[in-house]
Amino acid sequence: MAAGKPLQRTPLYEVHRELGARMVEFGGWEMPLQYSGVVQEHLAVRQAVGLFDVSHMGEIEIRGPEALTLAEYVTTNQVSRLTVGQAQYSALLYQHGGFVDDLLVHKVSDDHYFLCVNAANQEKDYQHISSLNRFRAEVIFAGPRYAQLALQGPRALDTLRKLTPLDVAAIAYYYFVDGEVCGVAARIARTGYTGEDGFELYLAPEAAPQVFRGLLGAGQEFGIRPCGLGARNTLRLEARMALYGHEIDATIRPPEAELSWIVKMNKGEFVGRAALERLAATGVRRKLAGFEMRGPGIARDGYPVYVDGRPAGWVTSGGPAPYLNKNVGLCFLPVECAEVGRRIQVGIRGRLVEAEIVRTPFYKRSKPS
Amino acid sequence: MYPEEFKYTREHEWVKVDGDVGVAGLTFHAQQALGDIVYVELPKPGTRVEQGKPLGTVESVKAVSEIYAPVSGEVIEVNEALAQAPELVNRDPHGEAWLVKIRLSAPEELASLLTAAQYGELVAEES
Repeated sequence: MAAGKPLQRTPLYEVHRELGARMVEFGGWEMPLQYSGVVQEHLAVRQAVGLFDVSHMGEIEIRGPEALTLAEYVTTNQVSRLTVGQAQYSALLYQHGGFVDDLLVHKVSDDHYFLCVNAANQEKDYQHISSLNRFRAEVIFAGPRYAQLALQGPRALDTLRKLTPLDVAAIAYYYFVDGEVCGVAARIARTGYTGEDGFELYLAPEAAPQVFRGLLGAGQEFGIRPCGLGARNTLRLEARMALYGHEIDATIRPPEAELSWIVKMNKGEFVGRAALERLAATGVRRKLAGFEMRGPGIARDGYPVYVDGRPAGWVTSGGPAPYLNKNVGLCFLPVECAEVGRRIQVGIRGRLVEAEIVRTPFYKRSKPS
Repeated sequence: MYPEEFKYTREHEWVKVDGDVGVAGLTFHAQQALGDIVYVELPKPGTRVEQGKPLGTVESVKAVSEIYAPVSGEVIEVNEALAQAPELVNRDPHGEAWLVKIRLSAPEELASLLTAAQYGELVAEES
């Protein structure tokens, strides 16, 4: 980012300081890295409930009679499949098939789509979508209008239902409802980035401190913890969710990142489609694989990966998986080297340490009974 | 907080010297700044280390950091317990979680290290 550009702060900055958070720069924002500790926060989300300030995330709205046409054209998943109140994971691609960003598309009404995009990409995404808007749809940069909180974990539902008259249990996974939390208007989505059940709440920035404190109070009996970006990253890695700049970026195309499932080639024309057709014809040469360390050492982002001692790829995300008590990672490898059970080596400070390709996600929650 | 009988580096290591052997570790402040420590990599006994040069690495959940040798000499013993229980560094950084014992080759180097009071000031400035 541009030197000297001041870091942005969320409306919860003062609350984080009060709670003793250690702050860190992320994507141009000053965000909580951790409060009590990454491991404790990680385990709270797996076993109870955790609360994250993710107000740095961007929001973009597409509105008007041609909103669907534009949304369908710029994203890869099939927007026309959404019913009102439903969300989907999707991607914005360049014409060459690389990622502009990944995102969530929410259908608010037939002429209103609400997109949640990555913090550091929101301006780029807005420019990208606007530049492709030959349909006279209205594209609105809405980031400053929303704070976002993520309430995640097996007790997220129990926590949230104390603070809203809405039947939040009735909101199905990847659906959302516009309602109230703590008496404040909020968009309540059953989505998340942790591999657990939970909710993401979009609300007015000025209401964020009240709702954040309300949720911490309501969750106290369940062992709620405020959680920072440290735990957000270890949780998403265990659940094998992509992070822009790591598993996906402008040089990576969806089939390589094992994200073909969010690309609907049969839906008609969309940006990147022709490039993906050409890629399908030639075949994918590299793909993302999950691994567990077998030797002593922790793989970190950017470390080289070897097969039979020869350079073969790189670690996109790596580190400890606190719930599994293992050291894991994701890496790009030639397709022929990426099968489960294959031994690979990770270059850790000049030393080759053994690892093994394993099935992902590393962690999958058991379905609620 | 910071024992008087230790000497400290600006990089947050401590050393306690007894005769010609120094026991070295990470300071309370270092472990606090690192957060949950999940891995410690140390040299084998017999390795020669030089003051201010890398001695090993310590990894938290989030990041990798170098450990620097507080004094020059030969590593004569390594705390094997840390391989299985790196979290000891968070729990008892000035005691049970010592890292290595070094036979000093240049005891005069100790004069360049910080006293407990000086180190305490450094930490206060940093936080």
